[in-house]
Amino acid sequence: MPVVVVDVMPKPEILDPQGKAVQGALPRLGFSGVSDVRQGKRFELTVDEVTDEVLAQVAQMAETLLSNPVIENFTVRVETEVEAAVAGAGA
Amino acid sequence: MKVGVVTFPGTLDDVDAARAVRLGGHEAVSLWHGDHDLKGVDAVVLPGGFSYGDYLRCGAISRFAPVMTEVVAAAHGGLPVLGICNGFQILCESHLLPGALIRNDHMKFVCRDQRLRIENNRTPWTAAYAEGAEITIALKNGEGGYVADEATLDMLEAEGRVVARYLDLNPNGSLRDIAGVTNERGNVVGLMPHPEHAVEELTGSGTDGLGFFTSFLEQAASA
Repeated sequence: MPVVVVDVMPKPEILDPQGKAVQGALPRLGFSGVSDVRQGKRFELTVDEVTDEVLAQVAQMAETLLSNPVIENFTVRVETEVEAAVAGAGA
Repeated sequence: MKVGVVTFPGTLDDVDAARAVRLGGHEAVSLWHGDHDLKGVDAVVLPGGFSYGDYLRCGAISRFAPVMTEVVAAAHGGLPVLGICNGFQILCESHLLPGALIRNDHMKFVCRDQRLRIENNRTPWTAAYAEGAEITIALKNGEGGYVADEATLDMLEAEGRVVARYLDLNPNGSLRDIAGVTNERGNVVGLMPHPEHAVEELTGSGTDGLGFFTSFLEQAASA
């Protein structure tokens, strides 16, 4: 079954305390060179089929429930088979 | 007056809010999140807590509870609505109030007696206070940072819609020290600190919060 991915990220101008906390932890673990971390959410929606209508509906879901447009941006995309295979190999 | 107090799954402060309503001289009416009617109440309080476990975003799922459909419609019609803490978050998610509440800038849950200044005493919830009154009530939140874009913040300031502001220190990173705001009409108020925990000398920081629950009566009496 195809999967539609919705990525939700805090808007650039919105403070992201969680991202800042992660960024602060990285040097303590010996990782250097990361100048910023932003933390968001990823939703995987399994759908019967991918059509323009379905994608439009997912965008509507993202706008009304999955994200808060006041503080977050979102993107909608269809997960490709290659991406799914890589994710599977990593698991 | 009959004041409805809504209970969502995960609400914590509904009993305190109902008690504060009664101490304020009103009848408290319990409203359930699954209700489709407001039982003829004259005002509604959305109390604090962790409705729906704060899943997704604080207030994001509560916004779509059946009772909120009624609350949103009634609020547009002028019904006085007070959202405290999680209730404030629900009002923002419902777009009854501008802006949003995000995780405290210091990442820690904060629980303290907080001094505030009442900046707008023209709402049904703040009429008992003098403009500029300084009060101390409990503040307890993990996601209480009030944010909005600059244009919205400027509009709120220009229209006198900042209801309360933090004094002494900014406990959660709220922009412009904003602790509470109201809508354009002035009937919907969201407040991060908890007036319902400051209504009796026996417990809490005093009785500075009682005004939020007597204001309604005073405004009705003077109307």
